[in-house]
Amino acid sequence: MKALRIALHELWGLFVEDATLTIGTLACVALAAFVLPRVGVAAQWRAPMLFAAVVLMLLENVYRGSRRA
Amino acid sequence: MSWLHASTAFVAAFLASLVECVEALTIVLAVGITRGWRPALLGSATSAIFLALLVAIFGPALGRIPITTLQLIVGILLLLFGIRWLRKAILRAAGVISIHDEAKIYEKEMALMRDAGQPARASFDTIAFIACFKAVSLEGLEVTFTVLAIGAGGSLLLASIGAALAALLVILLGIAFHRPLARVPENLLKFTVGIMLTAFGIFWIGEGLRFPWPGHDLALIAMIALLLLSSALGIRLARARSRALELA
Repeated sequence: MKALRIALHELWGLFVEDATLTIGTLACVALAAFVLPRVGVAAQWRAPMLFAAVVLMLLENVYRGSRRA
Repeated sequence: MSWLHASTAFVAAFLASLVECVEALTIVLAVGITRGWRPALLGSATSAIFLALLVAIFGPALGRIPITTLQLIVGILLLLFGIRWLRKAILRAAGVISIHDEAKIYEKEMALMRDAGQPARASFDTIAFIACFKAVSLEGLEVTFTVLAIGAGGSLLLASIGAALAALLVILLGIAFHRPLARVPENLLKFTVGIMLTAFGIFWIGEGLRFPWPGHDLALIAMIALLLLSSALGIRLARARSRALELA
């Protein structure tokens, strides 16, 4: 049971280290999937907007991370 | 699948595997030297079989999932995985968090193994076996995930070859030098892999959501270049912020 708990914890750790980064990344994806098509953003702009959102979120997280450290 | 995709998948799997294998080698060497090679190598081999089984089971199973669903799920997981590496590499490059030091980890593991006490002469060294099994499994799990995720787009064989070549290279270097590969520029490798996996992840998410990519597969290269520039900006931002706080 302990081994399984450790394995699950390690698996979780593969994707989640900083909770705000994970939530921010998922929020960017959700925004691209559900909001962009509904607000009438042209199809060819959706993928670049997803990329830009992820990059901005990463930079903001790094900036905040350096403040915390 | 284009040559661009295939070669990027190969390089990403090779580099990701290289980083993880270097980390696993440090532990296996420390355990092997302090407690004996038999349990250390047996633990590593058992783990390698376990990881190969995971690829054999989950690799073909991925082919049964509808392609757009697979692209979306794999894309999200790759993005989460890659961006975690990239963030850490940026903060390390900026000097905000300390660089991963193989030599220090090696010394720490050696001390831990010495303190664990020697087993009775005739009995099998379970501590050494478990330490190596755990180290290879944990590092290998990241390689397995990377290979499966990158390979899900149709380049599983190439990604597997890339990862296996890196593992072979590290094993050969380990046999030749008998010490941890502390000179491998680990943060630079993590930085590169983080950028590639993040770009791959965003690309697959876009494909999964059926968003057209300008330039099709070339968008992957454009994203890698832009992520490189953004990461350089991230390092400057983190460094400046960190210094400003030190002075305050």
